[in-house]
Amino acid sequence: MAEEHPILEVRNLKKYFKTPKGMLHAVDDVSFCIQRGKTLGIVGESGCGKSTTGRSILRLIEPTSGEVLFEGRDILRLSKDEMRRMRQKMQIIFQDPYSSLNPRMTISDIIAEPLRLHRLCSSSADCEKRVQRIMETVGLAERLVNSYPHELDGGRRQRVGIARALVLQPSFIVCDEPVSALDVSIQAQILNLMQDLQEQLHLTYIFITHNLSVVNHLADEIAVMYLGQVVEKAPAIELFEHPQHPYTKALLSAIPVPSLKKRTEMQPLTGEISSPINPPQTCRFAPRCPYACDRCTEGVPALRHLGGEHYVACCLCQQ
Amino acid sequence: MKNSTAAATEKEQLKKRKRSQMTEIWRRMRRNRLAMFGLVIVSILIIVAVFANQIADYNTVAIKQNVVERLQGPSAEHWAGTDEFGRDIFARLVHGARISLLVGVVAVCIALVTGGILGAIAGYFGGTVDNVIMRIMDIFLSIPILLLAIMIVAALGSSMLNLMIAIGLASMPTFARIVRASVLSVKDQEFVEAARAIGAKNDHIILRHIMPNCLSPIIVQATLRVATAILSTASLSFISLGIQAPAPEWGAMLASGRAYIRDAPHIVIIPGLLIMITILSLNLLGDGLRDALDPKLKR
Amino acid sequence: MNNHNILLDIQNLSVEFRTDDGVVKAVNGMSLQIERGKTLGLVGETGAGKTTTALSILRLIPDPPGVITDGSITLDGEDILAAGKHQLEKMRGSLVSMIFQDPMTSLDPVLPVGEQIAEVYILHERISRQEAEKRAGEMLELVGIPALRGRDYPHQFSGGMKQRVVIAMALACNPKLLIADEPTTALDVTIQAQVLKLMKELKSKYDMSMLMITHDLGIVAEVCDEVSVMYAGRVVEHGTLEDIYEHTAHPYTEGLFHSIPNIDARARRLIPIPGLMPDPTDLPPGCPFAPRCSYAVEECGKALPASISLSDTHSVACILRQKEE
Repeated sequence: MAEEHPILEVRNLKKYFKTPKGMLHAVDDVSFCIQRGKTLGIVGESGCGKSTTGRSILRLIEPTSGEVLFEGRDILRLSKDEMRRMRQKMQIIFQDPYSSLNPRMTISDIIAEPLRLHRLCSSSADCEKRVQRIMETVGLAERLVNSYPHELDGGRRQRVGIARALVLQPSFIVCDEPVSALDVSIQAQILNLMQDLQEQLHLTYIFITHNLSVVNHLADEIAVMYLGQVVEKAPAIELFEHPQHPYTKALLSAIPVPSLKKRTEMQPLTGEISSPINPPQTCRFAPRCPYACDRCTEGVPALRHLGGEHYVACCLCQQ
Repeated sequence: MKNSTAAATEKEQLKKRKRSQMTEIWRRMRRNRLAMFGLVIVSILIIVAVFANQIADYNTVAIKQNVVERLQGPSAEHWAGTDEFGRDIFARLVHGARISLLVGVVAVCIALVTGGILGAIAGYFGGTVDNVIMRIMDIFLSIPILLLAIMIVAALGSSMLNLMIAIGLASMPTFARIVRASVLSVKDQEFVEAARAIGAKNDHIILRHIMPNCLSPIIVQATLRVATAILSTASLSFISLGIQAPAPEWGAMLASGRAYIRDAPHIVIIPGLLIMITILSLNLLGDGLRDALDPKLKR
Repeated sequence: MNNHNILLDIQNLSVEFRTDDGVVKAVNGMSLQIERGKTLGLVGETGAGKTTTALSILRLIPDPPGVITDGSITLDGEDILAAGKHQLEKMRGSLVSMIFQDPMTSLDPVLPVGEQIAEVYILHERISRQEAEKRAGEMLELVGIPALRGRDYPHQFSGGMKQRVVIAMALACNPKLLIADEPTTALDVTIQAQVLKLMKELKSKYDMSMLMITHDLGIVAEVCDEVSVMYAGRVVEHGTLEDIYEHTAHPYTEGLFHSIPNIDARARRLIPIPGLMPDPTDLPPGCPFAPRCSYAVEECGKALPASISLSDTHSVACILRQKEE
């Protein structure tokens, strides 16, 4: 692929929220890029800013500052109308298949809505045909067209959400925890579907999740976030085999492995995530870090190149 | 081909499913006996109100005085007896239903439109707009409904239209609050964000996504409020600020009949009972609707 | 098995919910046993009947619409299903207690957490308020929260801290059985690891038995001694960790393992279980898993497979295993 032209490049993205207690740094200086057809996994715990990042890229939340270059154009500078047109190419799949579908609309109305909004159908028959085609693609039976969301189970609802995102034929999709509300057996169905769709339609994904095993399965590259910042970024295999940042290591060791082999005693992190409101200008992980030293409080560590595609923001991790 | 017949039956089934939401609500409604009782009574009242002139002529029966037959008890000729001027109480009740329902429904429409718009604006835009609108509504709410209505009628004069406006404005804040609350709860749901993500504009989001999901609490409240409005009309008429004689309003009938309560108790009891049953039925219907419309209660 | 070594014995339990839309058969002939001091993992997906089983042990099934139609539950020698109201109240909290999934809703928001724990002592041990609050403080220290924070209200705690408070409350009266219903599902992984470690430590310290309800086979491997896998209201496979993980016998259990994205096997494509859980108002005749099972034969649809033992510890309810015998 054309390596030199990433489909999406995010530079110094920041999103601060004003709260009564001060500025909440939800996303603080995040940069990354994704090649066409690849999957970037963004991993972190609740409150690390991963969802805000995903929504800021699509301007569902207006970022405070930064640049989001999609196919070379900074979408943060687009006018409302231009942005609306741009949405045909950039879509999102939501976490909660229960609240992301309008309960008063039928399945076909939900899937056809994007087509109608962008006036992409020549006739209602054309529209119906396209809805049917996309339902077939995501594995929804045709008889469900006139059902309402509450008549469907979680997995089918999530398929409707995917169909709605795909019907505009986007090239880039933000997947915000698309499987975390589903049962394991259904989760596997949806993950496989998403993989198949990526291959068939040559899609680019940002896959946001708190579940490392899920991204390990899907992502080509993984960015680990902590308190609004990317602390480590590497190709998936590299990250799992040679995690560098203490937080990444802790995260990996905290996952309960469903197997009796390779059992290691859990070494849980102590303490909890600190407040994102007016964070100090130091390493944000330092208060919980087992290796923290004086150097950790001397400013925010920058993402440093470790060789290959491996980047880490920790003053202790050298080459 | 075999396939096409299969497709046809499939289509048939689809059509059936499309109506399923209404059918489902109706099915839940029907299981609630009290609500069905309310619905039946309200339906009868509506039919009676619509065909009032066919049941008993207004000029010759309802308001025509006939002192000879005054204060008669119920009989085959006068089903509900006669009042102090010898008028047929049944006929007056029938025409009274027309007035009560008309005032109730129009007043609620006034309240719904004004309160609904204000509430929707407050809820969707939030911030200062929200604050200003809702504080004004709070001021309205701090005055007892009846007192407010008395003030408005006293200021504008007592006519049927003024009565409707008075009662309508008095229940406006309730609607503003309900609409605002439901807009707020719907606004933050993911499907609204999803609509924005596919490129929908504000007006589309409000009309297509927010409003339909706010309808059920509004319908329920409107039903309940018609009852309150009828009661307010009766109360205002009772203290002669509402519908003027000789128009047969239920509250006014109560008021004028109360002097004869010892000699002819039926002229008070019958309209009083009717008011009670009407209010009760509307409330039962409203409660039933709330249970039937709320999909979250669905198991 | 040694009979008086068994703390909890559920035999053939059936629970129905009678709703207007039909009878939901949540639990259908479910049996399980927990030995003293052991942890049993109860694994299954949404709607498998895990929580209903747990609530039956406490007799907390909402009635109506829930009805226990069949079976017996014996806890520490007492017949739970025959117990009177008073006896049940005494038992809950002191003999058995339960931790729920959502720590946000299982604490009373208008009472300081210390008082909520003290309440348990006052109810069960009839001691003075002062004494109770002192012991509540000790309990908080035990779960890693400074006793001073007992004066704080639930909203002043984070999710993980709240779950610690809930655990402190559940363990206050030293119950013999702790039922934990998805205790870490609402928590982040690093916090989950902390809470699981804490629960393991406390369990061995107090020498109690635990019923760990979860959908996560990773958590089971971490904290349990034995596992029961539930499907459509029945236990389809039961065994020690080794039996289940190394010698998986039931196709459903196998399906679960294949569905989990495994951190060690990246390239492997997931093999999902096709189809959906059967509708609990309309269970298929025969094995409820048969419609989704890739090994299903005609006989599977005819009769419910009985549970057969493969070894002293390992049992499975599958007709295919019966044939092999």
